[in-house]
Amino acid sequence: MTTRVGVVTFPGSLDDRDAQRAIRLAGAEPVALWHRDKDLHQVDAVVLPGGFSYGDYLRAGAISRFSPVMETLIEQAKLGMPVLGICNGFQVLTESHLLPGAMLRNNHLHFICRDQKLRVENAATAWTSDYQAGQEISIPLKNMDGRYTADRRTIDELESEGRVVFRYVDVNPNGSINDIAGITNAAGNVVGLMPHPEHAVEPLVGTGKTDGLPFFTSVLKQLVSS
Amino acid sequence: MARVVVDVMLKPEILDPQGQAVQRALPRLGFTGIADVRQGKRFELELEGPVDDAALARIREAAETFLANTVIEDFTVRVEDGQ
Repeated sequence: MTTRVGVVTFPGSLDDRDAQRAIRLAGAEPVALWHRDKDLHQVDAVVLPGGFSYGDYLRAGAISRFSPVMETLIEQAKLGMPVLGICNGFQVLTESHLLPGAMLRNNHLHFICRDQKLRVENAATAWTSDYQAGQEISIPLKNMDGRYTADRRTIDELESEGRVVFRYVDVNPNGSINDIAGITNAAGNVVGLMPHPEHAVEPLVGTGKTDGLPFFTSVLKQLVSS
Repeated sequence: MARVVVDVMLKPEILDPQGQAVQRALPRLGFTGIADVRQGKRFELELEGPVDDAALARIREAAETFLANTVIEDFTVRVEDGQ
């Protein structure tokens, strides 16, 4: 059976089709999920894509967090289903409390769009097993509200438990605490990051590299072996 | 109709670059002597019924779960004086 990976479309999602394409290129079957549908349609994993869900009104990700699909997704994520939140998806995951902390306006107040170098700090999550710990990758970054923050106790916990999955290298594009670009929950099935791996899966576009593809092959491998 | 105001502010320890940008612009416009600016959000809620304890409790719940993100923001709830 083909592995089915869902991609949720909220009003204002932009990168849902790119995420579906990345999933297909990795060898899984992408399944379009609609934010008003509680049903996850028997998917094995879910990607929350980038964009501006609900226009980012109130706070980025705040309104989408209460959409019907999230009710089911939060339940399933707590039971161990792999969930990846990219950019706006990461913001939705913090607003949902599936990941700790919160996202703030970039410290320089500019929307930023660049190729970003990252270090993979944790290659033991559902979404990073096809990387090596310490490996440096380059994938696109584009956001307005990417400054990750949390209180000191939470940061200490994330650092000591190895739950900082990605760190910005060379330049911190948004003022995030400890150069954090992505984190995971304690179980390692829920991962959120600001840069966009789904934009680096084909040599013709983006960075010209395929540094983002291992996200999608990692989860595929994990699901096949479980 | 009764009005309840919910004010949401970034916690004091959280950097507020929007407030800082406003503060930097003030002296350029001739408004001197302002030491700090923090920018927040104000929600004005018009209630259909009376502002009783139950209504206020619901509004506090809405503020805590939705209007404010208490990881980064504080909020206050107050009833605006009626005419």
